[in-house]
Amino acid sequence: MKIAVCIKRVPDMETRFKIAADGASVDQTGLKFDMSDFDGYAVEVALRLKEKEGQGDITVISLGPSVVQETLRKALSMGADRAIQLETDSVPFDGLAIAKALAAELKDGGFDLILFGRMAIDSSNQTVGPMTAVLLDLPCLTAASSLDIEGGRATARRELEGGAEIFEFQLPAVISIDEGIARPRLPSLKGIMGAKKKPLEVKPAQLGDVHLTVTKMELPPERAGGRIIGEGPDAVPELVRLLRTEAKVL
Amino acid sequence: MANTFAYAETRAGELRRVALEAVTAARQLADATGGGEVHALIIGAPGIAAKAEQLGKYGADVVTVVEDPALDMYSPEVVAATAAQIAGVGGQRAAVFSASAQGKDLAPRVAAKLGVSMIADATSLQASGDSIVATHPVNTGKVVATVSLTGSPALVTIRPGAIPPQESNRTARVENAKPAIDPASARVVPKELIQGNTTQLDLGEAPVVVSGGRGLKVPENFSLLEDLAAAFGNAAVGATRAVTDEGWRPHGDQIGQTGRLVSPDLYVAVGISGAIQHLAGMRTSRTIVAINKDREAPIFKIADYGVVGDALEIVPVLTEAVKEAKKE
Repeated sequence: MKIAVCIKRVPDMETRFKIAADGASVDQTGLKFDMSDFDGYAVEVALRLKEKEGQGDITVISLGPSVVQETLRKALSMGADRAIQLETDSVPFDGLAIAKALAAELKDGGFDLILFGRMAIDSSNQTVGPMTAVLLDLPCLTAASSLDIEGGRATARRELEGGAEIFEFQLPAVISIDEGIARPRLPSLKGIMGAKKKPLEVKPAQLGDVHLTVTKMELPPERAGGRIIGEGPDAVPELVRLLRTEAKVL
Repeated sequence: MANTFAYAETRAGELRRVALEAVTAARQLADATGGGEVHALIIGAPGIAAKAEQLGKYGADVVTVVEDPALDMYSPEVVAATAAQIAGVGGQRAAVFSASAQGKDLAPRVAAKLGVSMIADATSLQASGDSIVATHPVNTGKVVATVSLTGSPALVTIRPGAIPPQESNRTARVENAKPAIDPASARVVPKELIQGNTTQLDLGEAPVVVSGGRGLKVPENFSLLEDLAAAFGNAAVGATRAVTDEGWRPHGDQIGQTGRLVSPDLYVAVGISGAIQHLAGMRTSRTIVAINKDREAPIFKIADYGVVGDALEIVPVLTEAVKEAKKE
């Protein structure tokens, strides 16, 4: 099976973010970066499918400046076979502009399966996967929380508010992966050494026009929390009093 | 005058609250830009037309009803093709969907079919000249982006709960239409809809959310939270990712950046330390109560009222106190 996994480099979310001087982006100083959480699950799903079949070829693709090669190398060290950087100075916020670049790269690749993480943990748009599928005219399932492929036919589950739904479809297809489906492995030392020798190709990104832009970024107002009203069951009467008289929620 | 499109989401033959939110948001956009009609679309098995009237009540001028026996479940390709066909005619100014599980799947498909970009998960929305401007939380809610979109239609999904349904008492004209593609031709075939406990309030809609983490020690102790939720009477029970990863609670109950985003009037965090990914899913709650053994737990930093101690001792006492308070 020939599989492509589209991955994104994102800042570490444990950081206390600062807004950059332009007022419309995050200050990059001192930030650590890694593969977006959901993309790790997508890479893991690809690796397990390949292991199950005993053969296959996994291409990881990332769009951005040369620093995304670090993220691609991580996927290679997990076990992907080859990598492609779609080079651009910056990653636009506009999902369709990105989807066009990915579709241009993927359309003649002969992939049986194109995987995405459910969403990028930084921009939180959750649009690129299904947009790419439409541009490629392929069946698409988003936010798969389980996936079973037998004889080229897939059965997948996606979670809903208070429920779930099950779909079936034929490969080739585009699937975006929810967390929890398969815990991503850590790269082994052997994997890290081997990744250095795997092919990494750099191509210009054929981005679409941009119609969605970020005009401002700001930090949300801090919550004025931090009030501890007491300890143990003895604090309950005071808690109930405050919920009634102050918060007025009871 | 340009019109505004709204997608009215249904499940198992019922309108979802997010459908009314989408129609309300479309109405507000239309009114703010000097009028124009709101065109709502509702799709389902025969009988779904009965829900059209309610969409009028929340601001739709026209409701397009698409009924087909094969559309009792959400069929992504059929719904996307039909929504694109209807939202794409007549130079509509904007097209509003919910950023629900279904809307997040549907809206990007519609946008790509129409060749337009889209704003995802807007927490506020306004028209500004030829653009639609929205706020959209990024980086697990630690940063809020203001984004600007041009396009016709400007396609937007709105975060559930961000724009409460508001009645505007219209009588909608109902128009019937057929699915844009034959449901039998769909490549992605819906097989089964698994409904959770339908008598329980949905996490995204409940005014009170009682949520548990690993501090509850064993899955059976979630019954204490069920009891507390029952005492409130208008509460739903959520959980942290640690707990859903362990299989103590269904995956769909997970509150956090990667799960459900909730913003209730009251959030009661029990045995939850307050990992960043969890806080991202509930930090906009109006009032937060935290019950935790560890005085240093990060959850206390954002809680309005913190109680330090063993949740297994405190929660039953709180449940009785809430029952008493509700009686008065």
